[in-house]
Amino acid sequence: MQDRECTALTQPADEMSKSERPNLLFRNLNAKVASIPMILTAMVVFVGGTVWTVLYSFTNSKLLPRLNFVGLDQYYRLWAAPRWLISIENLLIYGAISLVFSLVIGFLLAALLDQKIRFEDTFRTIFLYPFALSFIVTGLVWQWLLNPDFGIQHVVRDLGWTSFSFDPLYNSSIVIYGISIAALWQGTGLIMCLMLAGLRGIDEDIWKAARVDGIPMWKTYLFIVIPMMRPVFITTLVIIASGIVKVYDLVVAQTSGGPGIASEVPAKYVYDYMFFAQNLGQGFAASTMMLLSVVIVIVPWAYLEFGRRK
Amino acid sequence: MRYRFLTAALAATAALQFAGHAAATDLEVTHWWTSGGEAAAVAELAKAFDATGNHWVDGAIAGSGGTARPIMISRITGGDPMGATQFNHGRQAEELVQAGLMRDLTDVATKGKWTDVVRPKSLLDGCTIDGKIYCVPVNIHSWQWLWLSNEAFAKAGVPLPKDWNEFVAAAPALEKAGIIPLAVGGQAWQSSGAFDVLLAAVGGTDTFLKVYKDKDAKFAAGPEVAKVFKAADDARKMAKNTNVQDWNQATNLVITGKAGGQIMGDWAQGEFQVAGKTAGKDYTCLPGLGLNEVIATGGDAFYFPLLKDADKSKAQEVLAETLLDPKTQVAFNLKKGSLPVRGDVDLNAANDCMKKGLAILAKGAVIPWTDQLLSQDTQKQKEDLFAEFFAKPELTVEDAQKRFADLIASAD
Repeated sequence: MQDRECTALTQPADEMSKSERPNLLFRNLNAKVASIPMILTAMVVFVGGTVWTVLYSFTNSKLLPRLNFVGLDQYYRLWAAPRWLISIENLLIYGAISLVFSLVIGFLLAALLDQKIRFEDTFRTIFLYPFALSFIVTGLVWQWLLNPDFGIQHVVRDLGWTSFSFDPLYNSSIVIYGISIAALWQGTGLIMCLMLAGLRGIDEDIWKAARVDGIPMWKTYLFIVIPMMRPVFITTLVIIASGIVKVYDLVVAQTSGGPGIASEVPAKYVYDYMFFAQNLGQGFAASTMMLLSVVIVIVPWAYLEFGRRK
Repeated sequence: MRYRFLTAALAATAALQFAGHAAATDLEVTHWWTSGGEAAAVAELAKAFDATGNHWVDGAIAGSGGTARPIMISRITGGDPMGATQFNHGRQAEELVQAGLMRDLTDVATKGKWTDVVRPKSLLDGCTIDGKIYCVPVNIHSWQWLWLSNEAFAKAGVPLPKDWNEFVAAAPALEKAGIIPLAVGGQAWQSSGAFDVLLAAVGGTDTFLKVYKDKDAKFAAGPEVAKVFKAADDARKMAKNTNVQDWNQATNLVITGKAGGQIMGDWAQGEFQVAGKTAGKDYTCLPGLGLNEVIATGGDAFYFPLLKDADKSKAQEVLAETLLDPKTQVAFNLKKGSLPVRGDVDLNAANDCMKKGLAILAKGAVIPWTDQLLSQDTQKQKEDLFAEFFAKPELTVEDAQKRFADLIASAD
């Protein structure tokens, strides 16, 4: 950030005094040449691909992309499709759950580990371990655990509580919570580690000062430590949020969208319509809506974050 | 010196081997036949093709057609075409043909008099676009079957039903005996396929064609189709305790007598055979659900992408001829459990259910299947609707029919 502002300030001055000083363009030439491939990738693959997708979402492309414009037809159809509406609703529920619970549980675990307990690294390893598994494996494991005939329900019933019922993956109204459990199990460890790193970055003297002032521990955490950990929280938020929007494999492994279409998510809609239904236009329209939702969240935040420093 | 001689000799043998390979043209064939019975059937095709002096390079893609088709299509559109590939004939490869990526087989077809030997005729229609033939049908798979477990009905103490209506009437007795009346797996295509079967059986052939061929939305909202939705409502109530996903797991419930019956295509027969069950004794099959004995002529076909290599193009022609060869047809279809596409072959080894199918075919009671009538896009929307309908009792019959009619109105 600092850098960009510097260049912006010095550029006009540079143009005026070109004869006296070497062109800024050639300063750090090696670094600039080295970053060309990445700049090209970003421009062509990310920006170019995005523009192409948005453009073709206004066409009636089926199996092959064709420039035959049909206006907003794909979007009308998308927002009339019950499956898309269910997907959006599921994403909101899943998003709220992952955001709140992984932050709260992650922070609590980190705060507990920070109390200079014994065997800290053992606990850290245990908590972080699920993160080493892919979503597909996580999904399969939890599919078995939540299966009424093999999993938790079966075990509890064998213990004697025969009327016990716990089958979230087979109940349309709560299936998305069953999926969220697996996601939390997998992801919270990483959040905990990030938070722990943040906590360790807080100067020991601040704790001492708070103690001298007689501030209780929970207040120190809430009003001193957490505000100081702002950068860590922002990093964590970005990681969690990107995980929410792209959720796909976990659903495929656990329920493949079922029962019925009760646990569908937007990313799965995009994939299914692009490849199974051979309707690229509809898939592109759905992915454009996903992009739009990300933009709506990111732009105001970026404005607040970077805009006000002027 | 001696070493050099040895190296030369080795090089020579290697070269010879190379030459040997070059004479036989390698042709990569992609398909999604990976289960036990299916793999055995494909091996028959490979054997027949290798016997012509060429070489079949097997490109099996696991995970059913839904997974395999996107891979095949991206390879063809991405400029890395295989020698030949399986599709369900009909509209799955329509756009690839229109884009000029597939090979026109009309010459081979005229030479082999395909229009005379392939039966029923509608099968070849599925391969024909603008008067040109683009694929070789290899088998007929029909969806219109109700598989019943004799054991389950004996246990419930009710006589074996002769048609769908008797089956629905027997459902309470089955439930009382702790048996799931109807097994329907959780995958979307199963519930959507079951509805299509009901449409042709309960509604009749005309109703089926009016909805899917003429795409008459007003008719789809009318009383004829309402009757079918009523039957589908019965079906979902009977199926509500099926906690399995895959079709073969659902079939397995019938095989073990845990479920009374299943609406499933004739590929289910392979599962009964593998389990060592006998048709008529352990299980019973009712074509057209016992109401309307028709067979839909869906099935598998091979398409040939347009290739630049002259040798490979030649090998494609040989493969196309081999696939329709009477001997290959018999060997392949017996293993696959499907019906052959030519009427002039001898199928003595066929079992009871296959013979029933052959008899219906001989009578000419055939209808085209949804793969031929509807685009993949419409099929997918239909799957979404019926997956929801079967899993969600709150979705009323009336609402579902209204959504179905809307879907037919926008179908292509």
